[in-house]
Amino acid sequence: MKIRLNQKNIPLLATIAVFFLIYAAGSFLYPGFFSLRVFVNLFIDNAFVGIIAVGMTFVIISGEIDLSVGSVVAFVGVLIATLVQDYNMHPLPAILLCLVLGAAFGCAMGCLIHFFKLPSFLVTLVGMFLARGLAFLLSLNSIPIKHDFFEALTDFGFQLTRKVWIPSIAILFVAVVLLGVFLSHFTRFGRNAYAIGGNQQSAILMGLPVGKTKILIFTLDGALCALAGIVYSLYTMSGYPLACVGLELDVIAAVVIGGTLLTGGVGYVEGTLIGVLILGLIQTFITFQGTLSSWWTKIAVGVLLFVFILLQRYLSSAYSGREARGRDGKKAAQAEAA
Amino acid sequence: MPTTDAILEVRGLSKTFPGVKALQDVDFTLKKGEIHALMGQNGAGKSTLIKVITGLYKKDGGEMLLDGKPFECDSPEEAPKIGISTVYQEVNLIPNLSVAENIYLGRQPMRFGAIDWKTLNRNAAEAIKKLDLDIDVTQPVSSYSIAIQQLVAITRALDVKARILILDEPTSSLDAAETARLFDVLRKLKSEGIGIVFVTHFLGQVYDISDVITVLRNGRLVGVKSVDELPRLALIEMMLGKSADEVECVEKGAGEAGDAVDAECFLRVQGLGRRGAIRPFDMEIHKGEVLGLAGLLGSGRTEIARLLFGVDKAQEGRIFVKGQEARLTSPRKAISLGFALCPEDRKSEGIIADLTVRENIVLALQARTGIFRRLSPKKQEEIVDRYIKALDIKTSSPEQKVGDLSGGNQQKVIVARWLASNPDFLILDEPTRGIDVGAKAEIENLILHLSREGMAVLFISSELAEVIECSGRVAVLRDRVKVAELPREAINESNIMKAIAQTEGQ
Ligand SMILES: Nc1ncnc2c1ncn2[C@@H]1O[C@H](COP(=O)(O)OP(=O)(O)OP(=O)(O)O)[C@@H](O)[C@H]1O
Ligand SMILES: [Mg+2]
Repeated sequence: MKIRLNQKNIPLLATIAVFFLIYAAGSFLYPGFFSLRVFVNLFIDNAFVGIIAVGMTFVIISGEIDLSVGSVVAFVGVLIATLVQDYNMHPLPAILLCLVLGAAFGCAMGCLIHFFKLPSFLVTLVGMFLARGLAFLLSLNSIPIKHDFFEALTDFGFQLTRKVWIPSIAILFVAVVLLGVFLSHFTRFGRNAYAIGGNQQSAILMGLPVGKTKILIFTLDGALCALAGIVYSLYTMSGYPLACVGLELDVIAAVVIGGTLLTGGVGYVEGTLIGVLILGLIQTFITFQGTLSSWWTKIAVGVLLFVFILLQRYLSSAYSGREARGRDGKKAAQAEAA
Repeated sequence: MPTTDAILEVRGLSKTFPGVKALQDVDFTLKKGEIHALMGQNGAGKSTLIKVITGLYKKDGGEMLLDGKPFECDSPEEAPKIGISTVYQEVNLIPNLSVAENIYLGRQPMRFGAIDWKTLNRNAAEAIKKLDLDIDVTQPVSSYSIAIQQLVAITRALDVKARILILDEPTSSLDAAETARLFDVLRKLKSEGIGIVFVTHFLGQVYDISDVITVLRNGRLVGVKSVDELPRLALIEMMLGKSADEVECVEKGAGEAGDAVDAECFLRVQGLGRRGAIRPFDMEIHKGEVLGLAGLLGSGRTEIARLLFGVDKAQEGRIFVKGQEARLTSPRKAISLGFALCPEDRKSEGIIADLTVRENIVLALQARTGIFRRLSPKKQEEIVDRYIKALDIKTSSPEQKVGDLSGGNQQKVIVARWLASNPDFLILDEPTRGIDVGAKAEIENLILHLSREGMAVLFISSELAEVIECSGRVAVLRDRVKVAELPREAINESNIMKAIAQTEGQ
């Protein structure tokens, strides 16, 4: 019995262990790695990835997937830039408009998935092409954003120590993570997401609001993507239609490394935070190393992901305990019969 | 006496699935403070009626009244809101969430806008004690046996302040003691004026607890009778649509149980044990013999089945198959030795819902003959037809998806699969779970028939009557220890009960 309880936390513990391992290795090998600044930079550089990852965690916990996130970030960035630069709109209403649009976009995808029983993989693939196309429709080139209010937003923050400054986007990242942790552990919405991912048919029969929850998850996810798009435009001070190509895969990697099962029903927003930080840490590591090409980041992430998937495969078969073990035998028979 | 006011009324209800008229013009009335048994063969339409009431299925015609006012639930979400609480036939819980959470999902206690986990766990522990269950409610539901899962699902339904409680085969994997406790709770709810709909295939339980019986057959209403005016035989007749004589005749074959102690010993087990599962035990099963396993819930019956099939590894002891020592390291190994296991939990271990009835039945046989010797379509058809007929599986065609069959018919398909694979040694763990009286006798007959042809069978069932009818010998388990073995002559209810009830010291 005791083992089982621990088993549930193994992916999370493994993630934390890997984080400290890389952190320790970096600190040991490179002077300056172990500093508050490097640590805070992790939160700044990965703020937009992290914000999306929180939304994605809910999506994956409920047993779905979202491939549109990278395109939505690009679209939002270009939209803000166009509105502010070409139409002279004040950034504040532009930001609000983007958030609403993002939420509506997510909501629409959620509705398609729920009401027409379409696989989220396909619906969000459509969303991915659509958002990317719309971004190009607005502009083919990168548009720099120059606006006082925008700069004020970037400069907002507080001085942690004499040398370390915590900017608004890092604060926003942490706030979103805290919100995610709260939603996932302490609200019915969050628990329903787990239930749907655990067994959708049962969730329906238990009388849980399955449709509403699913649509809400995608709405939240869409809004967070838009927020990430805004953070990205604050981070780069521009909008670029080709930005963040393939970001969805990085985000999914971070979520999975954070201990969330792709099959749904199991996962932690806390883990996702660490997953995102691990990706950032690998990047930092390679920057510090200096001679390795940045593609090594991808290789490292690939290897790590592989190890985590193996770990999860092993655990999820040990998970459902008695049932799962019995089924494996049946699977062998099934395979032979096929 | 129950009062006369009806809380739930269903009139002329119809529901059609592609190829099946599941309900045709059915009436049903539930009164306040009444326990109403809904009876019928497998596939009669009981679960469908329930699912239409709770809004999982849309009705095709007819009307439903709650307190005399028409109502219709659009989804199972709404049913609890209007006071209808339901336990569906298959255990429907979220496997990786905790027991406590499963009980309160959707209505968790809140404090300052956040779920109050402490209260939730405490309330859950209390709620589950009402059924005399003492388990750690913070563990995931999947770590418990199917019987406990069923009790958790019941606890969830009982905890809603409902006016109508619907229980679809809640006792299918409970033993006598658990059932008795559930009935105590139901009687209490009844005295509080709650209307209860109760589905079961155990006739004894119907007469124990219910006031009124509604019988369905092939989706049609056969009749409504109060329990006092409907003797058992008449009830069976109503359900099966055959005269009682015919039914009697079906059950007679079971008289001469598979008894072949003199035959060659197929399996011998010495001191086999596994910590936390079963204390070391000895056992022998002969060719052509049916060995029954009796014992209460959690006494270690399923654990023995799993050890013998190599699902769990034994930590000590030796196993001899036909005199030669064998090591059961995996189910595959066991299958290669000619073993087969029909598992207890059909939903997660047995049925492949998206495959057809035919595919599900020939699955094990095909696996045994190997992929390179495919069964010819004709042979497959022959086997499948034979079992559909023999077990009276209600399906529109052999090519129907198993997932669309009624619960009992799914169970029949699984049993058919293992009987058809014709193993040397067949382990049946609760094979008649959720199966109606008529088909039960058929299955018992088939088992006896196969054993007479030389198959060794280990027969596990919570139903004593069944064990007594089928077995040539009975091993009795208590608290994960094998406490007795009764030879053919000594098999009767009182002896088995005595063996189960013995106290540790004796
Ligand atoms: N989703 C579905 N799709 C198609 N047919 C269905 C579906 N659900 C039930 N049926 C059919 O409707 C009929 C009635 O099924 P139902 O589940 O109501 O039977 P039941 O009386 O509950 O039987 P049991 O005692 O085996 O549980 C069966 O013939 C079944 O095959
Ligand atoms: Mg049923």
